[in-house]
Amino acid sequence: MAIRVSMKVNGKAVSVEVEARTLLVTFIRENLRLTGTHVGCDTAQCGACTVHMNGKAVKSCSILAMQAEGAEILTIEGLAKADGTLHAMQAAFKENHGLQCGFCTPGMVMNAVDFAKRHPNASELQVRESLEGNLCRCTGYHNIVKSIVAGSKAMAAGK
Amino acid sequence: MGAPLIGARIQRKEDYRFLTGAGQYTDDVTIQRQTHAVFVRSPHAHAKIRSIRKDKALKAPGVIAVFTGEDLAAAKVGGLPCGWLITDVAGQPMKEPPHPCLAQGKARYVGDHVAVVIAETLDEASDAAELVEVDYEVLAAVADASMARAKGAPQLHDVAPDNTCYVWALGDKAATDAAFAKAAHVTKLEFVNNRLIPNAIEPRAAIGLYSRAEDAYTLYVSNQNPHVERLLMAAFVLGLPEHKLRVVAPDVGGGFGSKIYLYAEDVVVTWASKQVNRPVKWTAERSESFVSDAHGRDHHTIAELAMDKDGKFLALRVKTTANMGAYLSTFASAIPTILYATLLAGQYTTPAIHVEVTAVFTNTAPVDAYRGAGRPEATYVVERLVETAAREMKLDPAEIRRRNFIKQFPYQTPVALLYDIGDYEATMAAAIKLADVAGFPQRRKEAEARGKLRGLGYAAYIEACGIAPSAVAGALGARAGLFEAGEIRVHPTGSVTVFTGSHSHGQGHETTFAQVVADRFGLPIESVDIVHGDTSKVLFGMGTYGSRSLAVGGTAIVKAMDKIIAKGKKIAAHLLEAAEGDIEYDRGVFKVAGTDKQKMFGEVAFAAYVPHNYPHDKLEPGLNENAFYDPSNFTFPAGTYVCEVEIDRETGTTKVVNFTAVDDFGKIVNPMIVEGQVHGGITQGIGQALTEGCRYDATGQLTTGSFMDYCIPRADDVPSYKVDTRETACTHNPLGVKGCGEAGAIGAPAALMNAITDALGIKDLPMPATPQTVWKALQSKKAA
Repeated sequence: MAIRVSMKVNGKAVSVEVEARTLLVTFIRENLRLTGTHVGCDTAQCGACTVHMNGKAVKSCSILAMQAEGAEILTIEGLAKADGTLHAMQAAFKENHGLQCGFCTPGMVMNAVDFAKRHPNASELQVRESLEGNLCRCTGYHNIVKSIVAGSKAMAAGK
Repeated sequence: MGAPLIGARIQRKEDYRFLTGAGQYTDDVTIQRQTHAVFVRSPHAHAKIRSIRKDKALKAPGVIAVFTGEDLAAAKVGGLPCGWLITDVAGQPMKEPPHPCLAQGKARYVGDHVAVVIAETLDEASDAAELVEVDYEVLAAVADASMARAKGAPQLHDVAPDNTCYVWALGDKAATDAAFAKAAHVTKLEFVNNRLIPNAIEPRAAIGLYSRAEDAYTLYVSNQNPHVERLLMAAFVLGLPEHKLRVVAPDVGGGFGSKIYLYAEDVVVTWASKQVNRPVKWTAERSESFVSDAHGRDHHTIAELAMDKDGKFLALRVKTTANMGAYLSTFASAIPTILYATLLAGQYTTPAIHVEVTAVFTNTAPVDAYRGAGRPEATYVVERLVETAAREMKLDPAEIRRRNFIKQFPYQTPVALLYDIGDYEATMAAAIKLADVAGFPQRRKEAEARGKLRGLGYAAYIEACGIAPSAVAGALGARAGLFEAGEIRVHPTGSVTVFTGSHSHGQGHETTFAQVVADRFGLPIESVDIVHGDTSKVLFGMGTYGSRSLAVGGTAIVKAMDKIIAKGKKIAAHLLEAAEGDIEYDRGVFKVAGTDKQKMFGEVAFAAYVPHNYPHDKLEPGLNENAFYDPSNFTFPAGTYVCEVEIDRETGTTKVVNFTAVDDFGKIVNPMIVEGQVHGGITQGIGQALTEGCRYDATGQLTTGSFMDYCIPRADDVPSYKVDTRETACTHNPLGVKGCGEAGAIGAPAALMNAITDALGIKDLPMPATPQTVWKALQSKKAA
């Protein structure tokens, strides 16, 4: 059964007809062709599909597109400034070598931005616990943790 | 000329695209008119396929085609080849059962590819796959390698009696046995090196595309070595001339070995794209990755170390059964032999070594290289034995190592390798200092006061990287060369594009390789771009595995740069009206020796492309060179890891509280990237030792088929690491580099299990040391 779903993605209104069973991540990747949001596990374990829905980090592989009807969605493509300047958290990942193959990275960054808003002065332990739902196979997390600690501070300082 | 770039912590050139969602992984590629493939996989570990009925699936909405093994056989599509021939103890070739791309007659493991459904949409293909009716006759299965040769065990392949692929040996048996006969002490361990599932976060994916107009194929695939993929698929499976197959491995989301291989799905989508005359796309679901990616490790080993009364090693005797899975994957046969047995000398002068390896087929997914590939298994054997020996001999574990370290180089081991250089004592001393081993007794006491058991363990690993001298590899059974290729294209205005056969799937080649080139040419790093992963752009390549990229691929680039500079000198000599022999070159400046007359790199490049004033009688215009490099020896990274754990007596939970790694990777181009490689490797090693264990039940069902059952480390399972490096430059490549990609995964499991057994005060414990395993060990110790 096809249904029409409408939402705002990265500040832009979109309205598309999709199969009712379409997942939000499929909608973002296949219908909108925003392929920065990744699918790593299909089962809400790895977090590569993390986007913001109404300001909160969610796993878009575990939500139907129609559940996001009317929502404001932010994906990795919408995080940097319009002129291409990286968001403070993206910059922190770059400065601290917080990514290697880059596949988990969009999910890591989207989760970290949400976390940092709520925990501007997080400890390393808090950061590690905040990554419960995000898997990385490359970095060993060492530099991701450093990136998020630095990125949180930069965000708190308004950078 | 800018600041030196070799050794600098340059931020990565590739990061911007990954951080902004602009990476292009295979599943991100969409081709006009593409169709979607879903594979029908065997739910049984071992079954005869009586019949396959396609009709219901073919009638389902959107379905374009359904293919089975019969279709592939009729089209004369070959099976998947194995790239390494092992010759057994009797001088016979290993048994190589056919490995069809879609099962023919029998399915031999859960996840074996039985049919493929191609439809307009992914949902339609998934729905129709459930309508393919396969009539299976379920057979008894064997999943455990130690049972594979038992009397009456189910037989997988007619061509491999007793499920045996080969029995192979290396070393001097008589000398080893003689040394054991006069030993003052023998330390013996029997253990399983646990089977692992690689789980790169990007699942495998492939898109096949056939052009009738050009009668040529393109394959986009998540793969670590596109030219090898092309060679194997074109020459051995589809019977195509190579110029009719382009393989593109775009951004690849982690490999760890699992994306080296030619997989059946890659062949099927390529072949099918011609049959349906549309592009065919397949992306694995994670559950498919678990059952169908090549797994790693899975050794059962009995190992003994003979010593004199002072703890000097006299001989090592090792017997290993290695699980190949149901079929031979691309390099499966080489892993428990060439990449394992040859490393059993470790960092030590053990004069006599004998190892026997029995490789068996079981009803499990194929097993092949996974980060470290044979070398973690070898290090585990040696370093668990050495630590246990120290405890039994009441020697300090550092002291027993010191007494046996190789100190003179080059050193010929009794297991075929010639170590060129190293300084194992200095590396271990640095690790001991960085880990504050002196403060450990105090930390242990303090932990005891909190009710925790604290332990410390070492691992002094060695690996053979820079794979490989082709002639040596060929003599050992390799069916391919193992050189690397590179091309330097200098543009008229002096910027540079470098084409390399190495492939980056997280290693940061776009930065490291650019540093090497920009440094030598005296250019800003922004003026150098690296291209890899496309057989239509890169001249050739053997790809990325075995920590070989910089040592082999980097050297090919250096050789191409040498040619550029040699030609540049001729051009500069002409421009400066000097003799070629008088031109000196240093980082972008061509200078007449002893004068201030000079030409910059960019000026020389411009002259080559706008050759108005040019020695046309002696030189062609243009500035573009390529080079192939075949190494003269392996490289030998080595290091010492020190791990400290705390164990909760009540729950059996192990916490890694300190992990220190000091590695000798030779010269280092980008320390930031090297540290990242070590962090990641250690974490995979901690995963093997603490959290990851692939399990098949007795019927061959995979019981660890999701991230809920198979635990790859999460951020709160691991600590922040202390890492440092020592440097003895590799003697036989111009960069002096050795490779760093696998070290962490090689050294960490032994260090961790040495720490855990130290904390528990027991001889051995199986990996993974889950809370349950540790708790049980604590209870049996209490009961004893």
